[in-house]
Amino acid sequence: MKIAVASGKGGTGKTTVASSLFSVWPELSAAIDLDVEEPNLHIFLGPDPRRLKTVWLEVPELDEERCTYCGLCSQLCQFKAISIFDGVGLTFPEMCHACGGCFQICPAGALKVVQREIGSIHGNQRFLMGRLRVGEAMSPPLIRAVRREAERIFDPSMDLIIDAPPGVSCPAAAAVRDTDFILLVAEPTPFGCHDLKLAHQAFEPFGIPMGVAINRSGIGDDEIYNYCSGKGLEIMAEIPFDRAVAEAYSFGRIVARFSEKMGSIFRILADSIRRKVLQHQAK
Amino acid sequence: MDKIAVSAQSPDLDGPMDQRFGRAAGFLIIDPETMESEYMDNGSSQVLAQGAGIQAAEMVAKSGAKAVISGFVGPKAFRILQAAGIRIVHGLKDMTPRQAVELFKNGQLEYADAPARPEDGI
Ligand code: SF4
Ligand code: SF4
Repeated sequence: MKIAVASGKGGTGKTTVASSLFSVWPELSAAIDLDVEEPNLHIFLGPDPRRLKTVWLEVPELDEERCTYCGLCSQLCQFKAISIFDGVGLTFPEMCHACGGCFQICPAGALKVVQREIGSIHGNQRFLMGRLRVGEAMSPPLIRAVRREAERIFDPSMDLIIDAPPGVSCPAAAAVRDTDFILLVAEPTPFGCHDLKLAHQAFEPFGIPMGVAINRSGIGDDEIYNYCSGKGLEIMAEIPFDRAVAEAYSFGRIVARFSEKMGSIFRILADSIRRKVLQHQAK
Repeated sequence: MDKIAVSAQSPDLDGPMDQRFGRAAGFLIIDPETMESEYMDNGSSQVLAQGAGIQAAEMVAKSGAKAVISGFVGPKAFRILQAAGIRIVHGLKDMTPRQAVELFKNGQLEYADAPARPEDGI
């Protein structure tokens, strides 16, 4: 089964939860860091992952000799990566999502495929992550490439714990889509509740079972609890705020290994997630 | 004299200019001799998640204007305007399209040779 750990915004403790969940997961599993702009899960999991491959996008380059400036490619491209008008033709490789449409539609064979590097994939036997090239904005294709790599190298019987990028836009959607469970991590403050709502609404259309882990419980107010109970969102774990835990985390230690109490919170969480997924699959 | 496109917040020659280029409300295409103007709405670029500058630049290029006056022309729009042979004046603010064109006619504005940088504002 594939479990995505996500949150409406960064800094809620998503990586704390993902690394802990992975460390207590009772079945053979692999961890995947899809927060490709700022991957940091490996800091907790060590040893340093090896660079496995470079990820390229196939983007168009215009052959001005052949182009008839018919404009078909630029009308087709929904990302504005090609601009054609009155004998002027320009491509914007940094806008191109590599859908391949323009190559197919061009009647003159005037678009050449060129490779553009967007990032790299790193990993070891139990871990995989993507790292976006500095200055690059196109993260969804890299996220999809890391997921394809996971399908390729990990045994299908292994469970996958996915650290999704924060937020609710395309990168986060690319990371949680086609998983078996989405665990939303949130803090019990008014802002935390707002971000949880956004994430819940954004991911609901995927039809994937969801649950909530509340991080730093004990701070803030009841709003998030009311929202969850109103929406039938189960709160599956509450991770208490503890200064010693925060400190251990800042030194790269896995929180579930910090104390017996923390360990048992995450073991119970892992069990309830597995039960929910199996129930859902049985239906 | 060739027509000039000025990014504007409204169709009014004496209304406020729009400092933005890609996400400008619209463009006034002005004939500098007669000061006759035509307004092109840029709402369809404003709503784009990305590529607003590209779409706005294409629109201005198709209008036949040979110069653009705006506040902030980014790198992608700059490339298109340059390729279309349109000259660019940017960095202007706090004036009306009419005032901008007057300055232009008096030769008081300089053409830009590079796109605006993000740190230049907006
Ligand atoms: S490959 Fe797709 S996204 Fe890229 S330029 Fe062609 S049509 Fe646009
Ligand atoms: S579809 Fe081909 S021929 Fe037509 S404008 Fe695009 S590149 Fe040129």
